Amino acid sequence: MTSVPGASAVRIPWATGQTPRRFLRAALPAISLALVVLGIAWLNQRAISYFGLNLMLNLGIPVALATIAQMFVITVNDLDLSIGTFVSFVGCVAATWLRDAPLLGVVVLLAGVGVYALIGAVIYLRNVPSIVVTLGMLFVWQGLAILLLPKPGGKPPDWLHGLMNFRTPYVPFPIIAGIVIAVLVHIGLMRTSYGAILRGSGGNPNAIARAGWSLLKTKIIMYAFAGIFGVLSGLALIGLTTSADANIGKGYTLLSIAGVILGGGEFVGGRVSPIGAVIGALTLTLAGSLLNFMRVSPDWQVGAQGAILIIVLAARALINRTDGRAS
Amino acid sequence: MISGTSVNIVRLDGVEKHFGAVRALAGVDFAVDVGECVGLVGHNGAGKSTLMHILAGTLATDKGRIIIGGEPRQSYSVLLAQKLGVRCVFQELSLCPNLTVAENARVLHPCIAGWGWRRRAGKLIGDKLDEIFPDHGIAPDAVVGDLPIGKRQMIEVARAFTITKDPLHLVILDEPTSSLDSHTARQLLSHVRRMVGMGASCVLISHLLGEILAYSDRIVVMRDGVVVAADRASGFDRDKLMAAMGGAAASKMRSVAEATAPRRTTPVRVRARPATQREGIEFVAHEGEIVGLAGLSGHGQTALLLSIFNGATRRVSGIEVTDPVALIAGDRQSDGIFPLWSIAENIGIRSIRALRSGLLISSELEDRLAESWQKRINIRTPDMRNNILSLSGGNQQKALFARALGSEAKIVLMDDPMRGVDINTKLEVYDLIRAEGNAGRTFLWYTTEMEELENCDHVYVFRNGRIVADLRRGELTEERVIHSSFQEAGLS
Repeated sequence: MTSVPGASAVRIPWATGQTPRRFLRAALPAISLALVVLGIAWLNQRAISYFGLNLMLNLGIPVALATIAQMFVITVNDLDLSIGTFVSFVGCVAATWLRDAPLLGVVVLLAGVGVYALIGAVIYLRNVPSIVVTLGMLFVWQGLAILLLPKPGGKPPDWLHGLMNFRTPYVPFPIIAGIVIAVLVHIGLMRTSYGAILRGSGGNPNAIARAGWSLLKTKIIMYAFAGIFGVLSGLALIGLTTSADANIGKGYTLLSIAGVILGGGEFVGGRVSPIGAVIGALTLTLAGSLLNFMRVSPDWQVGAQGAILIIVLAARALINRTDGRAS
Repeated sequence: MISGTSVNIVRLDGVEKHFGAVRALAGVDFAVDVGECVGLVGHNGAGKSTLMHILAGTLATDKGRIIIGGEPRQSYSVLLAQKLGVRCVFQELSLCPNLTVAENARVLHPCIAGWGWRRRAGKLIGDKLDEIFPDHGIAPDAVVGDLPIGKRQMIEVARAFTITKDPLHLVILDEPTSSLDSHTARQLLSHVRRMVGMGASCVLISHLLGEILAYSDRIVVMRDGVVVAADRASGFDRDKLMAAMGGAAASKMRSVAEATAPRRTTPVRVRARPATQREGIEFVAHEGEIVGLAGLSGHGQTALLLSIFNGATRRVSGIEVTDPVALIAGDRQSDGIFPLWSIAENIGIRSIRALRSGLLISSELEDRLAESWQKRINIRTPDMRNNILSLSGGNQQKALFARALGSEAKIVLMDDPMRGVDINTKLEVYDLIRAEGNAGRTFLWYTTEMEELENCDHVYVFRNGRIVADLRRGELTEERVIHSSFQEAGLS
């Protein structure tokens, strides 16, 4: 504040003192990922190879897709508690109908996206908290998944299995997939002109409505995208695991929320970052491997992942605070 | 575009609007001509903002006709308003804080799309900012939420003047200068005159009667949901306007008797230096004094108030505070009220220790505190247990004063708290501050309005985070404050 004389004759660029902070904030997810990778490399050099990275990161793709799905919902100030069981449901559909009766499978998955769009419409029109609606949907998806596949089994369609186990030259497939997902969503949400409206509807819905845009439409679009990426996440997961189980996506709800926040997103205000979200999801996936290499017993791993989350968020809060003091 | 005989750009006939049992507009006739700036004044709750929401298409009328460009408009909406060239800058800011300046410009212009839209949107808003506020210093790719409130208001105003596909015939400015300092406010109002000179029209709503008198062609006065007076601006002066608005104390000017009175001899309560200043003038406030912090907005006044606030509870270098403090925030919505709480709870929160019975808060004591302040400063509500948002802006601000003054704090810090508050409420609050000052309270009052500085015993002028002038009550003139605010660094 002090360095910005609002009306003095000398023009001082506005950005003085702001840019480093913004840069640091944006770089924080990448720094955390780099630290986790360095940790792994230090403990076990052989892990950082084509084969090792493939093995450690391939489960990161479905997590990244679910994180992107969650991010769309968080952009409009909502939270999707049902994404984990939705991924399970999609997995069960993919391992049964999509293989045996492809047409029925595709229709059911599209209907799942339709239900997501409908949820968005209901949340906007009836003004009900998203947590309530998606908590209900959590049980609906889980029930459907159990009906479809009461005990673990099934098999993914061959094309899906082939796609997810594709070997790209030089760079492991999960890394390329992550970059493609991040860049596509970044362009769609952060660079297009309608993407600005979608994010704006999370930042100040009144302002968007007053400029003549439909908030119903933005809400439906964001939820529909969450549904689409939820479907992609379920498909990717089944393509990797080769069989399904009604609880296969159980941990995804919390992982996806953590990934968005770790990637620089905020719960309210439409401040999100697709690139950060993908990095956040990969960081959380790799953190599991790092803890394995550190011989942390699986009993403690969830807690240790939580600790990583707290450390990164504390660093972010610290950056924000130093900025507050500087101005 | 003006068809036929009419020169009215907009015309409202007998417009009515109810919110539940409250009648916000009771049959308003209102018209704006082509190439005219209409000043609209009235107390908070007179219906000005409701009227503007109807013109902008964000509220539907219950009754009455809206005629724009000579044609009656059924099913009037925001989209139609934009197509017809009616724009509105609302009192509460309508920018998305998570978007950049350019992206916010795009929100208003659906036709900016496709390749290079960011560049075009950035150029559109940047050029307009350059035109209205030549020294604005705002980058088009800055995120709006990172900017101070004054800059945000500049962006919002500039955005309303940008033109792409649709024409621009009428701009409605609702309290456009409330967060601007006098220099930028003048730049804006001059731009309005230039625009009006080119044939556009403007409705200017402001509580600063000087602005209204100096910059409008015609003035419309509203009271209790109807238009009570309308005439050429030259037919009004300050007193007449106040009388038409129903101002209780129309020409209440204070005597400046203590022209060269020395500082009080009462004990010093606050002694402080801004963090960016280690020598030169020191900020001092005695018991029972009202000390003003002046200068252009955002030049370190708020920062000093906040460090004094912190200094009351922990050690802050360069700050000495002897007694408990209370802060009345300037940004009421984000720093002041608890929007989910009742009025009584909002008032009681600063005095929670005194309101306890055992471990719990006694709602009886809370009610008693709230009611005593309701009587004392006339908060207009049927029940202090109503939600704070049920109050008009001015009354919300009164509740915040009640919160601070109802506490045990001996020092009250005020961070430009009267922004956008109507003149009657202001006069009531000035009296209240005076009375509390005489009772021994110390007030530190940051304000951008000259009129408010006249209530102070002593004024410190800030520039670039430093105190550059120390004016006694008798030495205080608008020229001196402006002079000190703009002085070159080397000359001070």
